Amino acid sequence: MNAVFYIAAAVAVVSTVMVVTRANAVYALMYLIVSLLSVALIFFVLGAPFIAALEVIIYAGAIMVLFVFTIMMLNLGPKAVHQESQWLSGRMWIGPSILVAVLIGEMLYVLWGGEHPVEGRHIVEPREVSLALFGPYIMIVELSSMLLLGGLVAAYHLGRRVRGDVKEPKS
Amino acid sequence: MSGILWHLANVAGVLGVLLTLAGALIMVERRLLALWQDRYGPNRVGPFGLLQVAADMIKIFTKEDWIPPFSDKPVFIIAPCIIMGTVLMSFAVIPFAPAVGVADLDIGLLFFLGMSSLGVYSVALAGWSSNNKYALLGGLRATAQMLSYEVFMALSLMGVVMLAGSFNLRTIVNAQQHMWFCIPQFLGLVVFTVAGIAETHRVPFDLPEAESELVAGFHSEYSGMKFGMFFVGEYLAITLISALIVTLFFGGWQGPILPPLVWFALKTAVLICGFVLLRASLPRLRYDQLMSFGWKIMLPVALLNLLITGAIVVARH
Repeated sequence: MNAVFYIAAAVAVVSTVMVVTRANAVYALMYLIVSLLSVALIFFVLGAPFIAALEVIIYAGAIMVLFVFTIMMLNLGPKAVHQESQWLSGRMWIGPSILVAVLIGEMLYVLWGGEHPVEGRHIVEPREVSLALFGPYIMIVELSSMLLLGGLVAAYHLGRRVRGDVKEPKS
Repeated sequence: MSGILWHLANVAGVLGVLLTLAGALIMVERRLLALWQDRYGPNRVGPFGLLQVAADMIKIFTKEDWIPPFSDKPVFIIAPCIIMGTVLMSFAVIPFAPAVGVADLDIGLLFFLGMSSLGVYSVALAGWSSNNKYALLGGLRATAQMLSYEVFMALSLMGVVMLAGSFNLRTIVNAQQHMWFCIPQFLGLVVFTVAGIAETHRVPFDLPEAESELVAGFHSEYSGMKFGMFFVGEYLAITLISALIVTLFFGGWQGPILPPLVWFALKTAVLICGFVLLRASLPRLRYDQLMSFGWKIMLPVALLNLLITGAIVVARH
């Protein structure tokens, strides 16, 4: 299982780098999907099959589809690719590189003294996740559901057609 | 050692049966459609026209596999592979009989939902990479349709999960020993069947490939075996949805006298014929009707089912 973890982690890192460096938005999104799938595999190996399934269903299967959908609607051509590749060159790499270097340093420090990430795992079943969510964390669940409802109502308000503005199709 | 061999035999058997079945279903569908529309259907090649499938296969394999020069080549090639891959992967968690089945996952149902949501990329990317207006419109329609119908597809299954107390498909089948879930979860069954037809984009939900307005929708530019993969993927998806309905609502392999595998195959076959009958008898919906039907009727029904089932489960404890 250790090998599975390291391979999945390597795929995640490589595909995430590809997300940043691709000039074509659809390719970048496809790499991001691969990255999310490998993170799901890492969750699975670490003993959280439920979270792994949610990662695939929600992130890779729903949120990223919406991103792809939007990019498809915009239907960007070669011009956008050219523009994007101009943005990627030169000095804009300096800031992110420093920040990433700090994170790598921290991670190395933690790994130095900490436990091995894969060993000593304990499998978390869907039952345990839901007992935790609807037990001690019930307030957070309720608050986030209120937030989602608020977002939904706002989206409906923004997307609503004003009467007499455009003729609505009969359904 | 024999455990590994049995496992490999399982994998090979399931794959072999499914791919043969996908070919055979083309024939079954054409003959059944002909029967219900009061005509003969293909009956010239071989006995009862059975060799028509072989002829079609030879034709589709030897056809020129044209990739349009204006398309996005790598994405164009990957798109049909995604649908085949995700549908075949979903079959891994289906329990065909007590000892037959590829994987026994505790999150089996979630695995299926994940795979079906990844299947959306196939049509979306096919539509986008073809670089053709009709294909793009078909891809957009397919994506919006599958995204919307996935929402209550998952919700309609949660009633079954509540009653069985598990996402494991084997546990769900075993929980139906006394009563099939089609009775207490009738609303769930209806919602899941509708969502399943929409996920496989069959008539009456075949808007993404409506030939009267969009040529062939997202697969307009596909030819040869790449088109064949979309086609086979659709038949496999029908089989998958039928097998899942059997597993979740009709007691899976359970039944008297006959061996479990035979029961499973029989039930699935009846449901597949039902799918074909739907295609033979229903007209295509309009796109806005399809969307408002999904969000304004099916979603509330799925939520209502969830609420009632939850209340009953809590009351019984």
